[in-house]
Amino acid sequence: MNYFEKDLTSLHDDLVAKRISVTDLVKATFDNIAATDPDLNAFLALNKDAALKKAAEMDEKGVDPDNILAGIPLAIKDNIVTKGLTTTAASKMLENFVPVYDATVVSTLNDKGVINVGKTNMDEFAMGGSTENSAFKTTKNAWDYTRVPGGSSGGSAAAVASGEVVAAFGSDTGGSIRQPSSFNGIVGMKPTYGRISRWGLIAFASSLDEIGPMTRTVKDNAILLSAVAGHDDHDLTTSTKEVPDFAAELNYQTSVKGMKIGLPKEFLGEGVDQEVKDAILAAADKYRELGATVDEVSLPHNKYGVAAYYIIASSEASSNLQRFDGIRYGHRSKDVKNLEDVYVNSRSEGFGDEVKRRIMLGTFSLSAGFYDAYFKKAAQVRTLIINDFQAVLKDHDFIMGPVAPTPAYKIGEEVSDPMTMYMNDILTIPVNLAGLPGMSIPAGFAKGMPVGMQLIGRPFDESTLYKAGYVFEQATDFHKQTPKQGGNN
Amino acid sequence: MNFKTTIGLEVHVELKTNSKIFSPSPVEFGDDPNANTNVIDWGYPGVLPTTNKGVVKSGIMAALALHAQVEPHTHFDRKNYFYPDNPKAYQITQSDKPIAHDGWIEIEVDGEKKRIGIAEMHIEEDAGKNTHERDYSYVDLNRQGTPLIEIVSKPEIASPDEAYAYLEALRQRIQFTGISDVKMEEGSMRVDVNISIRPEGQKEYGTKTELKNLNSFNYVRKGLAFEEQRQQRVLMSGGQIQQETRRFDETTGQTILMRVKEGSDDYRYFPEPDLPALNISDEWVNEIGAEMPEMPGSRRQRYVKELGLTDYDAMVLTQTKEMADFFDETVKLGADPKSAANYLQGDVNAFLNEQHADLQDTKLTPANLAGMINLITDGTISSKMAKKVFKAITQGKEPKAFVEEKGLVQLSDPAQLQPIIDSVLADNQQSIDDYNNGKDRAVGYLVGQIMKQTHGKANPQVVNKLLIASLKK
Repeated sequence: MNYFEKDLTSLHDDLVAKRISVTDLVKATFDNIAATDPDLNAFLALNKDAALKKAAEMDEKGVDPDNILAGIPLAIKDNIVTKGLTTTAASKMLENFVPVYDATVVSTLNDKGVINVGKTNMDEFAMGGSTENSAFKTTKNAWDYTRVPGGSSGGSAAAVASGEVVAAFGSDTGGSIRQPSSFNGIVGMKPTYGRISRWGLIAFASSLDEIGPMTRTVKDNAILLSAVAGHDDHDLTTSTKEVPDFAAELNYQTSVKGMKIGLPKEFLGEGVDQEVKDAILAAADKYRELGATVDEVSLPHNKYGVAAYYIIASSEASSNLQRFDGIRYGHRSKDVKNLEDVYVNSRSEGFGDEVKRRIMLGTFSLSAGFYDAYFKKAAQVRTLIINDFQAVLKDHDFIMGPVAPTPAYKIGEEVSDPMTMYMNDILTIPVNLAGLPGMSIPAGFAKGMPVGMQLIGRPFDESTLYKAGYVFEQATDFHKQTPKQGGNN
Repeated sequence: MNFKTTIGLEVHVELKTNSKIFSPSPVEFGDDPNANTNVIDWGYPGVLPTTNKGVVKSGIMAALALHAQVEPHTHFDRKNYFYPDNPKAYQITQSDKPIAHDGWIEIEVDGEKKRIGIAEMHIEEDAGKNTHERDYSYVDLNRQGTPLIEIVSKPEIASPDEAYAYLEALRQRIQFTGISDVKMEEGSMRVDVNISIRPEGQKEYGTKTELKNLNSFNYVRKGLAFEEQRQQRVLMSGGQIQQETRRFDETTGQTILMRVKEGSDDYRYFPEPDLPALNISDEWVNEIGAEMPEMPGSRRQRYVKELGLTDYDAMVLTQTKEMADFFDETVKLGADPKSAANYLQGDVNAFLNEQHADLQDTKLTPANLAGMINLITDGTISSKMAKKVFKAITQGKEPKAFVEEKGLVQLSDPAQLQPIIDSVLADNQQSIDDYNNGKDRAVGYLVGQIMKQTHGKANPQVVNKLLIASLKK
């Protein structure tokens, strides 16, 4: 199946018209994976038997013409639990861990007839921006196999960008959907905090984590968000706000005419690659051309975002990851003489370096005597960042800027330098701290690699982002460009 | 040298909710290990807590019962520590903004009344249970997530007797709200104790020690009394108190050093990000307040003032809400209050002790107790017959039906009694003579004969009256 020529709507038409059966579509997807994944390394586990069984059942019943997701094969990031299918969060700690329940997102998709083909690679426990922190394999960038796919949802991004699958789900705590989407030239949405249930998402930083769809088109993305968003009794942080049919608002009449767009000067400052800046400035001109106004605005506290984020996220992570103690599930060290050994040795063996680094950072930030100077201060900075966004979004429909300061870098180039890695998240992190929706859409190329543009909206106004993204997509052809099999280099 | 004693009590009360505080698992005890658990209780990857609103309501009820201020904007915090019975390796509790603060309860020691302040109350989850055998340790998570309220006293308790009175009053007030069984022996009430002493006139508190293994109010009092003396001896001999945890030994009544505290544990508290803050409206608090059961103090007053009971009776009847409710209901059904009070303190109490049962677990009902008392009051049965009837009502029988069925109705009708009296007199000329000769004893004998003839059913008062009248003829 050539997913470069298909989207959810056309696949659905094919299935309904029986131009292809669900079984054949699923088989074709596994053929794609078989052809591409030995080099790409996007998947950690495949769900072949269960997927084909469900496909056969759906063919038996017939595809519901009113359900656009019926029979569509998708991939799921490996930190989202799937009943009966290994879920590792790319950690040795959970190697061979088979959950007994489904995440709400997964059960919702299952109920809608989606077929889960497998679990995608990621940075261990979603900590990282290159997928190099996976305990199991290094995923390649779909455009250049010598480069990183970004992270932490690098497996999902590469799987979609390479055409293995039509869409995938990822999670985003500080940019983990948007940055790999940018690096791979696809559309990635981090919805408003509280839009999608986190029940079944293996927690990294509870106040920041959000699940979201990763697709090749804006419309596909909108369809998937509408499918999984909404209140969940299992997650009290989900909103009870009604979920619009986002895709229904995307058509030939959709326009940005009269919209006010803010372009923060801090987003085009030092450290941002010139070609990336050029792409964003060109995109701004495109929006002006399409009838919107683009003003320079300021988010003065943005620069403190990285520091605040690494304190808050690591603090929450240090607590969230304590449950991996070798007692009830997951890795347990064999080299133990007493209870303390079970804890210390299991965790020392089970966690990778980056996870340990953040656990230590977070534990320190929460310690008596340091709490006020670190965690509390970071929480105060978070409020200032929220206020900055509120001030701009009061009279702007959305904010635009780059997703990442640079396009995808070489594998191994930055992994040994955590500070540089952390600074790469400077443009995505504030959006998580503020709980706002943020989307990456293809906006050009730098050094032959895709460059994503980030659109940031008001709380629960994904609608405007989809409209603006759709209009831009229709007016440009970046999203139509696709990598060659095996990458372009 | 004279010393002032300062005692702090942290009381954990286990709430009687149907489900756990953050998961839908049932709160049930005595089931197979881990039977009442789900993925949330296991601390499984990806799970999230959801707050049981009933627990918040119970917290508000406890706050109102203890005259505490309910915090309108409260939230949960995480307390981080590793232990196998603590599956998330953090306890969801309240540290920064507990649900209520600044309450008080009144105690009475040796006739002196005193208010003891309550610093704060918070709601939290209980941990599971570890058991150890020779080669293995086992973890049972049935108790994991059972809702608790922790009630922390202000440093205003000045003696072991006051501590005892505080616990009694606290237990009683919480018991009356109905949110907990508050039974030390079943673990639904647990007490952590600390005590320090300082020389009279010294402003700063002395170094405190913590006591463990205090499994009854009496042991709390004994342990504190021992510890108070021990600390005095140490200070008097020029020594210093160490910050330490000591274990109370039930057999010797002494406290034994368990461990010395070096600094304080660092639990790295921070706000629980998985649960939204709780906003408690005044309307909700008022609504709960309006539904609150009457507290023991005001019930005692009512019993004395309105029902004419003694202070002692009122005190005994308000020991538990079940007893007080039972009494109220019995009186409402027309029973004479004094008789009801006497029965509850006498026969009913003896029955409960004999059965080792609580009132609510027996077949005794207020309707049947009131029915029996009313039968005595209107002369239908004698108090002697009442013994049999009481036994029957403890088995759930309806007293009137029982009395009729067994023919226990007292014979009070003169028209029926006179012929029997006449026949007994006819057969006992000697007794008539004795009576006429001033031997009053003869009356007793004659009454006995009449009772014998009536199989004990004759109303002794009526018999007496009729007999005397007949003898005087």
